[in-house]
Amino acid sequence: MQMGGLPAQTLVKAARKERAGFTPVLITLNGERFELDQRVSVSELLSKLEIDPRRVAVEHNLAILKRHTFPDVIVEDGDTVEIVNFVGGG
Amino acid sequence: MNIDSPFVIAGRTFSSRLIVGTGKYSSLPVMAQAHAASGADMVTVAVRRVNLSDRSQESLLDYIDQERMFILPNTAGCYTADEAVRTARLGREAGLSHWVKLEVIGDERTLFPDNEALVQATRVLVGEGFVVLPYTSDDPIVCRKLADAGAAAVMPLGAPIGSGLGIQNVNNIRIIREFVKVPVIVDAGVGTASDASLAMELGADGVLMNTAIAGAQHPVAMAEAMKHAVIAGRLAWLAGRIARKMYATASSPVEGLVGR
Repeated sequence: MQMGGLPAQTLVKAARKERAGFTPVLITLNGERFELDQRVSVSELLSKLEIDPRRVAVEHNLAILKRHTFPDVIVEDGDTVEIVNFVGGG
Repeated sequence: MNIDSPFVIAGRTFSSRLIVGTGKYSSLPVMAQAHAASGADMVTVAVRRVNLSDRSQESLLDYIDQERMFILPNTAGCYTADEAVRTARLGREAGLSHWVKLEVIGDERTLFPDNEALVQATRVLVGEGFVVLPYTSDDPIVCRKLADAGAAAVMPLGAPIGSGLGIQNVNNIRIIREFVKVPVIVDAGVGTASDASLAMELGADGVLMNTAIAGAQHPVAMAEAMKHAVIAGRLAWLAGRIARKMYATASSPVEGLVGR
């Protein structure tokens, strides 16, 4: 069963967290839905994902971020984030 | 003997005229050994989403000798000028370099470039201060347009990417060399060492390859072969080959033969 495009389970989980004092934040991360407990900075998001910020580029709502802004840019509910790195290629 | 001038692109001097890729190797350690054997000091990389489900993957950059290697991000897999420009901008942020190997692909089966979109994307990125090295068809007119648009080098294909067919249009590569002042780098289609030599003998300033080395049975040995092939072809070009003739011309004196 789906409500508003979200699986019912996610909504229940979100409601439970809200009661517990959380504001759930749902973002689209590299094309997939991703749930955060709260709003975080890009730096915090990378650290949560165990990604070295020196090795990636981040696009936030289609705007490419300068690395020095990672601590200041806040990821909000509904945002789209792309994290890219270098892979083998010719 | 050194009768060559340095290999310079956009003011940066490279010690090797061979540029190598980082894709399709059986393992990253093999890639690192092949890179060392190739003598190259520029490598291409692709820009892709970080794999979030498997963070255990080793980082490509750990296996690139960044003291020696200049890293050239590509826009492989992009099918529109917009996608390529977006990817180039991401590559710049990830790599802290404003160089890009610009690819705008027009067809999945041949991976031939969409030249119209390529020229368009080149103009945009040059305007943003990028050093643009476009991967292009072996078409002298397109190469001239790319150079006019501000490309720092032009990179005509020898044959389709990964095909190993060698230089399919020898004459066009020679004409491109005459048409543009910027470096000409034959990119894609090399299968073996003689293909790389031929590219250089035609007057190319460099050769870029990935599959020919990574896909060889012994990538490290092939990398070394390519190093020598590029050096040999370059020297042959500089030395100036003899004209082709239909009949023989004796190498030994025709006078003083015993018994005549």
